[in-house]
Amino acid sequence: MKFIDEYQDNRLADRLARRIAQHSTKPVRLMEFCGGHTHAILRYGIRQLVPKTVEMRSGPGCPVCVTATADLDKAIALAHLPNVIITTFGDMIRVPGSYSSLQQAKAEGADVRIVYSTMDAVEIAKLNPGKPVVFVGIGFETTAPTIAASILDAQRGKIENFHVLPLNKLTPPVMKALLDSGEIRLDGIVCPGHVSVIIGSHPYEFIPRDYSVACVVSGFEPLDILLCIDKLVEQIESGEPKVEIAYPRGVKPDGNAKARQLMEEVFEVGEANWRGIGVVPQSGLQIRDKYQQFDAGKVFSVVTGPAREPKGCRCGDVIRGVATPLECRLFKKVCTPERPVGPCMVSSEGACAAFYQYETLETSQSEQRTKQTHGR
Amino acid sequence: MCLAVPVKIVSIEGDEADTEIGEVRRRVSIVFTPEAKVGDYVLLHTGYAIGVVDAAEAEETLKLLEEMANLSEVH
Amino acid sequence: MNSVQSRHMDDSILLAHGSGGKLSHELVEKRIVPFLANPALNRLDDSAVFEASGRLAFTTDGYVVNPIFFPGGDIGKLAVCGTVNDLSMNGARPLCLSLAAIIEEGFRLSDLDRIVQSIKETAQEADVSIITGDTKVVDRGQADKLFITTSGVGIIPRGVDISGANARVGDKVLLSGTIGDHGIAIMSQREGLKFSVTLKSDCAPLNKLVSQMLDASLRIHCLRDPTRGGLATTLNELARQSNAGIAIEENKIPIKEPVKAACELLGLDPIYVANEGKLVAVVDATDADNILAAMKKNVYGRDAAIIGEVTDAHPGRVTMKTKFGPSRIVDMLSGELLPRIC
Repeated sequence: MKFIDEYQDNRLADRLARRIAQHSTKPVRLMEFCGGHTHAILRYGIRQLVPKTVEMRSGPGCPVCVTATADLDKAIALAHLPNVIITTFGDMIRVPGSYSSLQQAKAEGADVRIVYSTMDAVEIAKLNPGKPVVFVGIGFETTAPTIAASILDAQRGKIENFHVLPLNKLTPPVMKALLDSGEIRLDGIVCPGHVSVIIGSHPYEFIPRDYSVACVVSGFEPLDILLCIDKLVEQIESGEPKVEIAYPRGVKPDGNAKARQLMEEVFEVGEANWRGIGVVPQSGLQIRDKYQQFDAGKVFSVVTGPAREPKGCRCGDVIRGVATPLECRLFKKVCTPERPVGPCMVSSEGACAAFYQYETLETSQSEQRTKQTHGR
Repeated sequence: MCLAVPVKIVSIEGDEADTEIGEVRRRVSIVFTPEAKVGDYVLLHTGYAIGVVDAAEAEETLKLLEEMANLSEVH
Repeated sequence: MNSVQSRHMDDSILLAHGSGGKLSHELVEKRIVPFLANPALNRLDDSAVFEASGRLAFTTDGYVVNPIFFPGGDIGKLAVCGTVNDLSMNGARPLCLSLAAIIEEGFRLSDLDRIVQSIKETAQEADVSIITGDTKVVDRGQADKLFITTSGVGIIPRGVDISGANARVGDKVLLSGTIGDHGIAIMSQREGLKFSVTLKSDCAPLNKLVSQMLDASLRIHCLRDPTRGGLATTLNELARQSNAGIAIEENKIPIKEPVKAACELLGLDPIYVANEGKLVAVVDATDADNILAAMKKNVYGRDAAIIGEVTDAHPGRVTMKTKFGPSRIVDMLSGELLPRIC
């Protein structure tokens, strides 16, 4: 497959890994912002390739992981309303809310359908004129324009039973909130490639300028990620942090103006509630009054109890990069992909799910080594 | 948020295009990429093309990767 | 005349078809038995009587696939293949099957005919008879169109001892062909995923393939078909049962281009996608090449490959050397295989 296979060429992998090791003289901590990067790093074994001086931490760029429990509870409550059809991306269906999940609601008789695209949700609304259809609108700037487009389509087609529960979040504001919190020292950020297709690279300029943190926008194939890490290490070693694009085939500095125009037509920026972080001002998208008839949050009223976080769950710390999954007492012992306690274990891009697989190999190998050294 | 796949535009009808990747065909919306032409590759995210792949830049990146790999051999 | 009235009563399954009366008998005697005809079935006694001796294998499975018709097959074909294959995975030669159908009121008789035809053809290909059966009809809404359960009896030839617990360190792991075909073919029909692909389910009876493999060597330790949960789940089952480690190489796994592409589009890992006409074999290393050659001579094994081996590192776990280089742990499928956006 063109523009994919060439960037998976493993001939170059070892040599690039060696190059990074040659340049890297001091320990650096990088945050891979995006859940898609966490997933790719696991899938291609990138951690095994980078030198020990490079530490990678997961960030809050996993839409599933950062959806506030209260918001998920609301979606689940909407699912239980009579006649309502809930449409959602597959990622959300297993995430535990305070008491239930969309999957559980479905098992209890709610009409919950997985869709691949917002277009499909609009079509379901069109085919079921008597029933209100609610689309659970998660995602970052990559997905927000598609949700905006679907609302405009629904308006054009007079599909009045289509609604969106607006839970979209924005990338640069939460990066700022993390850096402001001072909870962890970061040297560089692997910036999300596809968010940047939309927003471009300018929105990250405040990061090297105000925080001296290096920023490189990365693609998702393994060679893209290695290239990004190489550039980050180079910037950090030279002491000259800046914003660079290591994914120029997809990302232009100015991003996609047309997509942003549609986003701005339908959405306005407001505060958003991030699971594990709390309320961050100016970090979420709300539907403008002009389109409020499509806003599930305004059209339906549901009562949900106070949000309840599972006891001992450290997803919040994990997505802020403050802790690794290994440092959560529930990890592997109580919280597993089979019985996830928090969202980071549910989603395949969640750091905990990624660590579950990667860590067990390390542990397994070191257990084996221990047996060999000490005898059985 | 992140999953976007390069697909090739095979035909265009207004705001929509028929695309192909590895013998799989899908109809996508090109409302965000009105400049896309037949033969271009676009990044497909949940049914929408979010950007046109810059083939020239793609080549440059591959060249850069090769150079970097060769330099590391020399050392 | 509206569309409800224009469908004639004779077009559909009615509750009476399951009640044991005239309509029931008509259904069985006119629409099912003649197509599956064999001496035991034709008697229509309460039990089918047959003789068998030796070590017997016995299995059962329920089939609830949706959609019931898909590119490359249907629920009927699946019901026969699934049970024939389960018997084959213990090295058993399938002898006979039972077939019980639960049909939703209103199900089209013409669809039933198609499925019966499919069952007939598949049973013929597999050389197996359906010697007893049952049909029930439930109220509209109580079943999703049609559910089928098949049970099967097979005879295990002397000298054959195949079990998931038999894998030994040093064994080779063989795969009979391309992965993910069935799962992707099914998904391409599902509402909402809307991609078109000329890909057919790989649904197939594998008993003859297994027979040819056993002719090449009896040192086949494990056989399993990677159905739901895909190759990854099956390998994990074998690793656990045998308490051995399995190490495979991603590069060696055969996969069709459209399956790769569809998995990219949906964010799926092909090693978790269902197959219905493939098998994994864990065999003695010395016989691996012979067994592979035998597989390739069969139409259902032409893409067969050696994909890995059994190791003493990480017992009970499966690792995969990724196409990019490093190895990673491969776990069982967790939950359902869902398309993702991220």
